[in-house]
Amino acid sequence: MNEILSMKNIIKSYHMGDEDQIILKGINFSVNKGEFVSILGPSGSGKSTMMNIIGCLDKPTSGEYKLNGESIDNLSEKELAHIRSREIGFIFQSFFLLSRLNALQNVELPLIYSGISPADRKTRALEMLEKVKLTNKIHNFPNQLSGGQQQRVAIARALANSPTILLADEPTGALDQKTGHAVMELFKALHAEGHTIIMITHDEHIAKNATRIVKILDGNLYEADDEIPDVD
Amino acid sequence: MFLENIKMSLQNVVNNKMRSFLTALGIIIGVASIISLITIMQIATNSITTQFNDLGAGKLVVSAPGTPLKKGLTDRDLQTISQIQGVTAVSPTLSLQATAVRGNIVEENITLEGKSNIYFDQNADIVALGRPLTKIDGENKALVCVINTDLQQLLFSNDDPIGKQLQIKDITYTVVGVLDPTVAGDVMNMVSQQRGTNNSDGKAIIPYQTAMVVAGIRGITSLEVIIDDPDNSTQISNNLEVALKQAFNDKDNSYSIINMDSLIETMNTMLSMMTSLLVGIASIALLVGGIGIMNMMLVSVTERTQEIGLRKALGAKPIQIQTQFIIESIFLSLLGGILGLILGLLISFVASRAMDLDFIVSASAIILGLGFSAGVGIVFGWMPARNASRLNPIDALRSN
Ligand SMILES: Nc1ncnc2c1ncn2[C@@H]1O[C@H](COP(=O)(O)OP(=O)(O)OP(=O)(O)O)[C@@H](O)[C@H]1O
Ligand SMILES: [Mg+2]
Repeated sequence: MNEILSMKNIIKSYHMGDEDQIILKGINFSVNKGEFVSILGPSGSGKSTMMNIIGCLDKPTSGEYKLNGESIDNLSEKELAHIRSREIGFIFQSFFLLSRLNALQNVELPLIYSGISPADRKTRALEMLEKVKLTNKIHNFPNQLSGGQQQRVAIARALANSPTILLADEPTGALDQKTGHAVMELFKALHAEGHTIIMITHDEHIAKNATRIVKILDGNLYEADDEIPDVD
Repeated sequence: MFLENIKMSLQNVVNNKMRSFLTALGIIIGVASIISLITIMQIATNSITTQFNDLGAGKLVVSAPGTPLKKGLTDRDLQTISQIQGVTAVSPTLSLQATAVRGNIVEENITLEGKSNIYFDQNADIVALGRPLTKIDGENKALVCVINTDLQQLLFSNDDPIGKQLQIKDITYTVVGVLDPTVAGDVMNMVSQQRGTNNSDGKAIIPYQTAMVVAGIRGITSLEVIIDDPDNSTQISNNLEVALKQAFNDKDNSYSIINMDSLIETMNTMLSMMTSLLVGIASIALLVGGIGIMNMMLVSVTERTQEIGLRKALGAKPIQIQTQFIIESIFLSLLGGILGLILGLLISFVASRAMDLDFIVSASAIILGLGFSAGVGIVFGWMPARNASRLNPIDALRSN
């Protein structure tokens, strides 16, 4: 199989006052190309912390993280930015669209930073918006779009640079059940097209849309067939 | 990417019109005051120096009241002076108050001046009507005179005076020319012209040889020494001083020399010093404007923390974030600079009109104004922009 992400004994801790607070306690995790993985866990379990490391927004305290076979441990800010631009497509719970830009311009944003020419940018952005079925809303500003539509714009934006991994943190967290369901259908379609998706959620129902579910509990990661120890 | 940055910055400035304008106001005021000060000073300097140049460039003006024993210079002294190296010509003036008579019209207290043809050569357009005095007039000690319009008015009413005669100190002179009242001719005339005095004072100019020999005026009390090279004025002035010392036996206060070139130079230095001083003061306004921009940029960075975090998550490099904010800052202050430039030129235009001087726009003022404001944008935008580029994307995205 084609491994595109691998984590070995990842530890993340924060200094809180005098003591170190360990959030991730030695995570081993890998993802193959084309997988759709859910990371399921309760609030405060360290899901977002893990996503930040996967997305190269943060570095682990220790452990080895390889993306596309390349270690990111010793990369500079500039090189990390380059990797985020090429390899990662972020989808956030609260969409994070820029309110001053319309749908099309929002989708073009990551293309600016990967140095695509203006003409190609537009073509590509239109293509992505078509994929999320928003061709008729390209000139709408975020406040002229529904929550579901905003999230679809955000998905189009995440897809724009053809990233290696789509990384979604609670993508349906701000949506009602029906819209959330539609977004999940879109995820499944993207998966069917061959996209690799890692989705973080605390909702078991949502997690079940994925082909593989891993659980994160108290800083430890468990595969579906792992025995989960009792926590008291 | 650079174009993108400009577009983004523009958008942000336009989106906050009122705030952007108020922020730019400091720069507008700063640049407007610098530009108007520089332009007005330049206009004034130009007008003063051209006036002085017209009168005095390449000249040494000598006043020689002399001593009780020897009143003024003699023709012999004149010869000595004209032989000093670098002296091209000497234009002497003798003068006294006299009474002019024509028929039964008697005009007391007119000025009778003896001058050489050099004076007329130097001031080509000083004669408006008739002809100037010539070298031959002087050599022949001819009984001819050039009068000013006041004397023309007094003695001839509105008649053409050329070829007509008048008497001064019982000698009859033929009028050959009339002076142009708008041409100053020398420094003294300029001063009295501008003061508006000397208004109805009649004046008649006769060849100085005639004045010395026929009219009996002894002693040349004032003198213009025309020199070949203004750069040599100090050297020539020194030699002239030696000659004058000899002529008056080294007596105190018997003569004085005004070196017009060094006078102009001193004046220029003073004016440019004053300009620098005023610009220095006006720069404080620009500094305050710059601080205003820095403040606004810092606020802007704080407000847009989340945007910065998102841009970073989408692949923006720190330098790209920094550039975006620097450009925004430059854009803002350049906008202020352009408006300030227009305002400053407008002010100096009005001022030049009010002072009745020629309005000139100097390229240096424009370059200075725009350069200054762009510089302010870079200097005061740098810190906020660097702050933005150093934001941690995780913290930035979490802030809500
Ligand atoms: N910068 C930080 N400094 C200190 N502690 C932090 C920091 N960031 C996160 N934490 C702690 O790490 C733990 C896990 O946080 P994280 O955001 O990963 O949780 P989560 O699983 O995403 O929860 P949720 O479902 O509520 O989003 C929390 O206890 C949080 O307080
Ligand atoms: Mg979270």
